[in-house]
Amino acid sequence: MSKGFLEIENLSQRFPQPDSPDLMTVFEGVDLGIEKGEFVCLIGHSGCGKSTILNVLAGLATPTDGNVIMDNKEIKGPSLDQGVIFQNHSLLPWLSARDNVMFAVRARWPNWSKAKRLEHAEKYLKMVGLDDAMDRKPSQLSGGMRQRVGIARAFAIEPKLLLMDEPFGALDALTRGVIQEELLKIWSETHQTVFMITHDVDEAILLADRVLLMTNGPHAQVAESVKIDIPRPRTRATLHQEEAYYPIRNHLVDFLVEGAKVMSAKAQEAAARGDNPRHSPRSVNPANPEANPEPGPRMVRAV
Amino acid sequence: MLSNLNFRATLLSIAILVLFLGVWQLATAPEALIPQQGELSEYEQLMGAGTDRRSSSSGIPAPTEVFAHAFSELSNPFYDAGPNDKGIGIQLAYSIYRVLLGFALAALIAIPFGFVIGMSPLLNKAFDPFIQVLKPISPLAWMPLALFVIRDSNISAIFVIFICSIWPMLVNTAYGVASVRNDWLNVAKTHQLSKVRTAFTVILPAAAPTILTGMRISIGIAWLVIVAAEMLVGGTGIGYYIWNEWNNLDLASVIFAILMIGVIGFLLDASLAQATKLVRYAD
Repeated sequence: MSKGFLEIENLSQRFPQPDSPDLMTVFEGVDLGIEKGEFVCLIGHSGCGKSTILNVLAGLATPTDGNVIMDNKEIKGPSLDQGVIFQNHSLLPWLSARDNVMFAVRARWPNWSKAKRLEHAEKYLKMVGLDDAMDRKPSQLSGGMRQRVGIARAFAIEPKLLLMDEPFGALDALTRGVIQEELLKIWSETHQTVFMITHDVDEAILLADRVLLMTNGPHAQVAESVKIDIPRPRTRATLHQEEAYYPIRNHLVDFLVEGAKVMSAKAQEAAARGDNPRHSPRSVNPANPEANPEPGPRMVRAV
Repeated sequence: MLSNLNFRATLLSIAILVLFLGVWQLATAPEALIPQQGELSEYEQLMGAGTDRRSSSSGIPAPTEVFAHAFSELSNPFYDAGPNDKGIGIQLAYSIYRVLLGFALAALIAIPFGFVIGMSPLLNKAFDPFIQVLKPISPLAWMPLALFVIRDSNISAIFVIFICSIWPMLVNTAYGVASVRNDWLNVAKTHQLSKVRTAFTVILPAAAPTILTGMRISIGIAWLVIVAAEMLVGGTGIGYYIWNEWNNLDLASVIFAILMIGVIGFLLDASLAQATKLVRYAD
């Protein structure tokens, strides 16, 4: 495997359990690479450790085993190289939308003049369509607008890696659709490397270059890497007319409904046998199976 | 709708006030209707009965007397005719000065210290037993010790204010700092803020409403305590003034002073309530 921009190596997370001396293994042996400028979504059932992986990438959590290397440097703690958009916006409620973004810009470029910071912050707020709401406090903004401020704040610091933990999970379906397209627009302008967690299969197909599928915990694994072979620019309105849309969608839904369970049962058996859990996700291209011949199961334990 | 409610509430307040003053006036009215029974005895004349027809039967002054007295006091609040005869303004100024000084010293120590123990679960737990034991002690219980150690009654009174103001500010600051939302701390972390910057740009604004609430409780308690403290240490201040007028059996002055204590206490509280508004944020 070539060294990508972001390399996750043999990542495992185990937690002590309240009523057992054994550690509970949330996920283990995850090997994963992400290219620069790639938009990757991670889908899996609740409790499989998606957010933990994201927090490790953000530097907010320390994995039990393994490490993450970004741009040839190990991620050891939170930094301005990793921008994070949380599900619950996490804006500072005593600051206006503009000051929330300014807060981040100031942290990133402490030596900039105030005018330059202001210009930079407003550029990103305008990008998410908040021209008229910059002076408002988060409590005076709708849920969708708050999340837009969060997006502006994260993009404004121009991080090497943008992490999003179900950023639209708390929004209603209509707002979510609008913001997804805005996100797509901003991303096509900036080409950030994005790692995003979502529950929404359609959201993942709309946004991602690649969707990573996670099996259920405990002993969860990142089982598949599904290529989203749909040309950009994509729009919500025309997405379902793409030839590749339904094969991809069916594959993802099948995995979530059946595959995740079957594979996690296998993984738990393998763990009980004591197999080496280290694995890379299997590459899949449901839209064009011929073009991307399956390299066969790459899970070490399945051999 | 709201203005209508405010208007009706004001009307009701005025009605309650009028009713209260009316009852007070009637209850303290001279018993003119009861006819004097015959000539006063020689003893009664010696004791001064019958000389003051206006004084009420109970000895409590009527509201009209209190207001007349209040008017004369307030028209010249800063006169100074010796140690036992100073204007109400001077006495209140002494009390406010002691309260503000003791309160400010307490804030200077309680807020930074509360910040530190709020940020450290270890210190929080370690100091908790001391705080819990020291907090419920009546501040006046410190007075003898303060007098002995400090050997100055004025500074002892300020110390008593200091010690009673410190606890609510300390506890509230520690609580406010400890319960800053993890999301906001994560924002600070992901933006690589230094500890000091995090403290000033994230934790302080987040905890400010709780800290201000502690300050508001503190100044309320301090104003309650100063009256008692000044009754003990004497010399100056509104507490001493009340005690002095009690010794003079001048109840109109006592009632007037009680009202003034209420008004100043209200103003102190209202000013901190206003300050709380400045730092409050809607979540």
